[in-house]
Amino acid sequence: MAWLDTIVQGVLLGGLYALFATGLSLIFGVMRLVNLAHGDFSILAAFLAVVAVQALDVNPLLALVLVAPIMALVGYTLQRLVLNRLLGRGILPAVLVTFGLSIVIQNGLLETFSADSHRLNPGGLETASLALGGGLAVGWFPLLTFAVAVLLLVGLQLLIGRTALGRAFRAASDDGETAALMGIDQGRLYGLAMALSLAIVAVAGIFLGIRTTFSFASGPDRLLFAFEAVIIGGLGSLWGTLVGGVILGVAQTTGARLSPGWGVLAGHLVFLAVLLLRPSGLFAKSRRVDS
Amino acid sequence: MSLLDVRALSAFYGDFQALFGVTLEVAEGETVAVIGANGAGKSTFLRAVAGALPVPAEAVAFDGRPVGGRPSHALVDLGIVLVPEGRKIFPSLSVEENLQVGAHRRRPGPWTLERVYRLFPVLGERRTQPGTNLSGGEQQMLAIGRGLMANPRLLLVDEISLGLAPVVVQQLYRTLEAVRAEGTTLLVVEQDVSRVLAVAQRVYCFRKGSVSLQDVPARLTRERIAAAYFGA
Repeated sequence: MAWLDTIVQGVLLGGLYALFATGLSLIFGVMRLVNLAHGDFSILAAFLAVVAVQALDVNPLLALVLVAPIMALVGYTLQRLVLNRLLGRGILPAVLVTFGLSIVIQNGLLETFSADSHRLNPGGLETASLALGGGLAVGWFPLLTFAVAVLLLVGLQLLIGRTALGRAFRAASDDGETAALMGIDQGRLYGLAMALSLAIVAVAGIFLGIRTTFSFASGPDRLLFAFEAVIIGGLGSLWGTLVGGVILGVAQTTGARLSPGWGVLAGHLVFLAVLLLRPSGLFAKSRRVDS
Repeated sequence: MSLLDVRALSAFYGDFQALFGVTLEVAEGETVAVIGANGAGKSTFLRAVAGALPVPAEAVAFDGRPVGGRPSHALVDLGIVLVPEGRKIFPSLSVEENLQVGAHRRRPGPWTLERVYRLFPVLGERRTQPGTNLSGGEQQMLAIGRGLMANPRLLLVDEISLGLAPVVVQQLYRTLEAVRAEGTTLLVVEQDVSRVLAVAQRVYCFRKGSVSLQDVPARLTRERIAAAYFGA
């Protein structure tokens, strides 16, 4: 029963990792941009929630209503003013600029919020649990996290599969130049993709901040887990991202159960094993690779 | 007044100059063809007019207004639409979605999914399949249909016949007649000279990035075309 519990916790943790990974995967899919500041944006969102909670005295989950649109606006502006200028010049300029952004965000957070650890308090929800019988119990909060992750993925799937915006995302992902010739305004489209990505990572950041303590330097770890989930699941597959997150989550909780220090290590080892055995990931869609 | 008025257009790929002062006019409702050897700059010219290459504002006028250097989506809004060389069908989109991308700007006009399916019934039959599952000729129909979905005033068509059987090419040109009947102006790049002489009202020949000949088909002899193609 203890093992079953470990696996359930891991699966639920995987939902959170999928939230981190989805935005990263979306951006790479649509414009071949690797956003190294992705994790730091999630922590920025968590700190924005801290401010909102203090200023408005609201539940951090409610702060999401404010923080997610703010992050979307940040994403849109950043893409249009900075990142769009880097596209079409290979992958390196964007990597360098987002790496720089990562450092800027971390230092900005350090300057503003000090090096202290913070945590978001959702008023008892984080400790409430649901007894499943047989000594097994799952926390309401991890359950909620997982449900939100699945709902967001379903929503994103519908957006990409059924709407004009999603069609434009897929067309631009196939062939940006031809998409532009057909009348798709790439600058605006990429702005919207980044807005969506940062809105999703805002959700991830706030759920993270409720689940665990965070500080100005927590971003890069999140980025690493997000990359691992994306690569395990396979690029270009939304549900693969969820499975990748779940596999990573289960590996981490299982490792941590064997010995408290082994959690993160076990996650990395599973990631490396997938990279060795199935470098394109478990659910990769065959995708034309741009030269 | 001409619908498209290109004056002394030069265009570059980085340091490489591909067009040297091309001047070309297309009147509303007219069908104009550009012929020339490989590398003469025909496709570059269409791409420059469609906004895929940086060009000076005054080099391209559309409907009397300078439009050079505007982004492609702004030109699509005005009704300048390119059917690109090599068809460039979006592989992850179905036939119908490929057509819908053509209508992305929601420019009003006669062309709808229904009308495109009437023009190319095979596209309607295969609307849910991936666009790249179609044969070469069907993909060219899809590329033309996608362009029409933007309801163009000026449709630029690059090498319809590329890699297609003559009977298929003939069929595609017949559908262009239907497009012209809607009042759409056509600027066609084509390698197949006899085909061009049959459909175009005026012909330009490009050589090494500039215009080497322009005339009406009736006055074009094999000798004049050969000289314009290869240099005297």
